[in-house]
Amino acid sequence: MTNEELLEIINKEAEENSKFRHCISICNVTGCAAVRSNELVAELQAEVKKRGLENEVQVKPVGCMGLCAAGPIISIQPENIYYREMTPEEAPAVIDSLGGEPLREKLIDVAKEPFFARQEKHALANSGVINPERIEDYIASGGYSTLINAITEMDPAEVIQEIMTSGLRGRGGGGYPTGQKWSTVAKAQGELKYVVCNADEGDPGAFMDRSALESDPHRVLEGMAIAAYAVGASQGYLYIRAEYPTAIKRMKAAIKQAEKFGLLGQDICGTPFSLKLDVRLGAGAFVCGEETALINSIEGNRGMPSLRPPYPAESGLFEQPTLVNNVETFANITGIIKKGGKWYSQTGTAKSKGTKVFALTGEIKNTGLIEVPMGITLREIVYEIGGGIPKKGRKFKAIQTGGPSGGCIPAEHLDTPVDYESLKALGSMMGSGGMIVIDDSSNMIDMARYFMEFSMNESCGKCAPCRVGTVQLYNLLGKFQHGEATEEDLVTLEELCDVVRNTSLCGLGQAAPNPIVSTLRYFRNEYMEKIKPSASHVKEKSQ
Amino acid sequence: MLIANRKIAPPDSDKRWKIVEATMRKQGYSHTALIETLHTIQESFGHISDEALKFASDSLNVPPSKAYGVATFYNLFNMIPLGEHVFSLCTGTACYVKGAGEVLEFMKTEYGLEPGQTTPDNKLSFVEARCVGCCGLAPVMLLDGTVVGKLTPDEMKQRIKEWMSHDE
Repeated sequence: MTNEELLEIINKEAEENSKFRHCISICNVTGCAAVRSNELVAELQAEVKKRGLENEVQVKPVGCMGLCAAGPIISIQPENIYYREMTPEEAPAVIDSLGGEPLREKLIDVAKEPFFARQEKHALANSGVINPERIEDYIASGGYSTLINAITEMDPAEVIQEIMTSGLRGRGGGGYPTGQKWSTVAKAQGELKYVVCNADEGDPGAFMDRSALESDPHRVLEGMAIAAYAVGASQGYLYIRAEYPTAIKRMKAAIKQAEKFGLLGQDICGTPFSLKLDVRLGAGAFVCGEETALINSIEGNRGMPSLRPPYPAESGLFEQPTLVNNVETFANITGIIKKGGKWYSQTGTAKSKGTKVFALTGEIKNTGLIEVPMGITLREIVYEIGGGIPKKGRKFKAIQTGGPSGGCIPAEHLDTPVDYESLKALGSMMGSGGMIVIDDSSNMIDMARYFMEFSMNESCGKCAPCRVGTVQLYNLLGKFQHGEATEEDLVTLEELCDVVRNTSLCGLGQAAPNPIVSTLRYFRNEYMEKIKPSASHVKEKSQ
Repeated sequence: MLIANRKIAPPDSDKRWKIVEATMRKQGYSHTALIETLHTIQESFGHISDEALKFASDSLNVPPSKAYGVATFYNLFNMIPLGEHVFSLCTGTACYVKGAGEVLEFMKTEYGLEPGQTTPDNKLSFVEARCVGCCGLAPVMLLDGTVVGKLTPDEMKQRIKEWMSHDE
């Protein structure tokens, strides 16, 4: 495949599409499929066929348009009309309305609605626009030209330099500078190097990676291929959790298509660069999101973390240098190489560059997926983009970020800019991007115990602080929940959080106490209320 | 020295073993294919029986202890068969905040099932699903694998009752 051949495909696609007067796109990822978007696609196609409009109206299943609360959403181009909560029964009405009066009661004003207007899409640029199951659609949107340019015009060091300049940091939650990681792998000695995509999105309440894989699989592949070229890897794996069947299906199909087009496989574009990619399935273990555990799992073992160093960058998969990056990190690569690291670094804050995808859920009006510039405040996310708290009479209480490893941020800190350091300073973390809004009907001890139960169940059992500590923390929280805790229990709770945090082997254990520590910090009164007056206390009072 | 690619005969003449063998063959009977093989076994048979585990460990030259360790380490693999119908309730954070706990209670009082249990007549299994990534539709449940979301806990209970009676 050369640039000329790509151009041929682009022209052919443009010609094909030019005959259509209208293009109806329907969100068709897991979330919307649960509200019958598959049937909607079929109904629209049948209706178009029935009326003999096959050459005028294109019906296109696309990726996620973001606003899950109003799903399935359809868009009609070139009129740029968006409809919300469509049902298969409304298919004839949609076709009727083409070129005439739109369906008023279903309209979404994307220009004014802050949910759409406030976003800045890079990693999700193609989500909801292209058909994820067709490589031609991706190519027509400019896809794979960056890979071809990179491997024919740039040397690996230049590619890494661009990533360094961009300031991109790992989107899986750790926030390690991506360029630095690439540079370490590139320098490492090994007969074979690997590139691994971490798509084991284990945080409950986070679905950015699922959506990225289902909506724009080729963008992830292109990012991986550029990374492989930069670090000198010739083999790679996508480790996808088994709970995401649609993502697995689409990624497998995408790899096959790319191989057929000569964009993956042997001697890509006639250069000596080769890359063989494979999909590996997770099997339901949260700890496999940790890179060393993930590597163990790909090797067919229990997904238990290993001591670092050596870091995977030096000795990872099959003891070879291995680059492990998250889905969203890879999804950002193509844009950076295409437009330059400098361009990317213009967005964001001093230390956190670019945009970040968040999954906005819980007690909030506009649940869905958003991509926003780093540095946006939590308040803007919750009240402008998210539309605030939906239930009447309920108030915002906290926003939980970072999943079971993160913390709850209360209302007084809503004006904090969202970046790696600020969230950490508040005792939470960026995490992979789940944001769960909690209203005042929730109790924070319940919340902390919920997360502790999760960490307890997911602890792999390798190191004692995590294996034993999480159980003890869970039981202690139970005492608070039932109002049976003593002041001594509070001291033990805090001490134990400290021990588990500082002595656990991997990130799971080290971060497991965060939900307790952050709720203790901001909602200490809820814990105090549950402490029963101690014997000495009672005595004092009676005197 | 170990004999490479020694062929182990499947436990019986069930044709599904061919699918399992195909997965192992595709990866050259490497010990690293263990998890992929377990996935195929579960997909084909619904659960991982002792004999299936033995077959995989013998074929891939993995000690049975390790194969058992791997199979039981991961939540997704079930070592005992599930009931005819499977009800899974997502217990992810968004679903939890939106009242999945109520449905959990309902399953206990209405059908006497705790997560991981199957009714004595083998009709219904209740499992806790790990976050399926449809948090925008929370609370979410899966009725025989079909995602159902955007319902209140009360509507969910109603839907479960309908789903259960539909079969009879």
